[in-house]
Amino acid sequence: MSEVAEIEKQVVKKDREPLFSKKNKKLITDPLNDNNPVTIQVLGICSALAVTVQMEPSVVMCVSVLFVLVSANVLISLIRNLIPNRIRIIVQLVVVAALVIIVDQVLKAYLYDVSKSLSVFVGLIITNCIIMGRLEAFALANKPWAAALDGVGNAIGYAMVLVVVSFFKELFGSGKLFGVEVIGDSIYEMGYMNNGLMLFPPSSLILVAIYIWIQKSRNPKLIETH
Amino acid sequence: MAINKDSNAYTISFAIILVVLVGGLLAFVSTSLKPMQLSNVKNEKKQNILNSLPGINFERSEAEGNFNKYVKKRVILDYSGEVVEGSVKTSEDDIKDKDTLDAFNIDLQKEYRNIVVEKRNYPLFECEIDGKTFYVLPVTGKGLWDAIWGYISVESDGESIAGAVFDHKAETPGLGAEINKDEFEDQFDALKIGRIKSNSELSAANFRSIKVVKPGSLSDKLTQVDGISGGTFTSVGVQEMLKRTFYVYYKHFNENKLETANL
Repeated sequence: MSEVAEIEKQVVKKDREPLFSKKNKKLITDPLNDNNPVTIQVLGICSALAVTVQMEPSVVMCVSVLFVLVSANVLISLIRNLIPNRIRIIVQLVVVAALVIIVDQVLKAYLYDVSKSLSVFVGLIITNCIIMGRLEAFALANKPWAAALDGVGNAIGYAMVLVVVSFFKELFGSGKLFGVEVIGDSIYEMGYMNNGLMLFPPSSLILVAIYIWIQKSRNPKLIETH
Repeated sequence: MAINKDSNAYTISFAIILVVLVGGLLAFVSTSLKPMQLSNVKNEKKQNILNSLPGINFERSEAEGNFNKYVKKRVILDYSGEVVEGSVKTSEDDIKDKDTLDAFNIDLQKEYRNIVVEKRNYPLFECEIDGKTFYVLPVTGKGLWDAIWGYISVESDGESIAGAVFDHKAETPGLGAEINKDEFEDQFDALKIGRIKSNSELSAANFRSIKVVKPGSLSDKLTQVDGISGGTFTSVGVQEMLKRTFYVYYKHFNENKLETANL
């Protein structure tokens, strides 16, 4: 038994790859384009629709997802060999929910204003499909460092879509960016009007679709053939 | 000896250990952070009361120290607008956590949910800026998703609004959540808290207060404010809570007026 372990150790030592090997780098860059969580894996669409009316809450949401996704990925990856297969989804849910609640409680005590702007999202983070999706698809089968990189990559891929969508929604919906007026009065006087549709969730669907269209037309690899 | 990870015993023990660990951790975090969270909430309430006054804008950390400087009297009214016995507190009296007769300790949202409108308490804060008296009236109600609330300051006539602060628990960002922005709050300046339908007695049915109308359809700047596009339910909630609560304060101030007129 111990011999086997030793041999295994040596193999691992020999095979130990650099922290940012080509394979590891791919874990970060893949979700940005070829395997984007929102546009290709179709995960986390719900929050992409719900919180993108303004840029500020979208950015807060992205940062929270980054934090929760990386920590949950690492935690689940650490205990991946202990988790009984039959209750793995429940275990993942418990870990994610506990993480989010602890973060929320700490913020409420130390960074009250941040916690207020985050309060709406707490539920949305726990139920965000990206988090469960990545835990199930990646963290359960990979080492902690790779899982952390996967978390970073997917969170950034998610953030890219949210920021782009909220940019157009806030710009055309209320003529502002980060709450600051950017469309001058003179343009409104010429007859320009804010587009009310941009304030509602359906416009996100249209914007995400356009995003996917542009992404696929630039990257023929992604076009599905039937 | 390898453990059979698929056995029922392993699965159940794993679940129990996990739940106990996580539950214990959450309980510990919650109890150890509670005092700090409560003091944040209290200071925010103080900040909101102060910032509804005209020309005052404090950070949350400054609210604690300045509260007694501006808020001279705290009283509780009942539904008929009368002062509840024993509820008059001045800035000399400290706020004691357990004191249910202190206007500051009234949890309006809790009463809103659990008690009928006639039995609720109505806190009133009498403030003073440079010798001028203002009253701060707290209001609370329901938005689209969860609680909304506000603090309205009125001038010494008990009628003209001098400033308003609104906030919410979980309204949609960019839509209903806009009620806590200056553009919405500033519209209330100089409006009246209410009036009675001409030639009628003062009653809840005859009482008219501020209307929150569809944006762009403002027809009377003295009694209406622009609502929020896409935030209709929140706007309706604001209108409802103002009318319901202002009715009590209107009674209080008008009866006081009558008394002074009779003297």
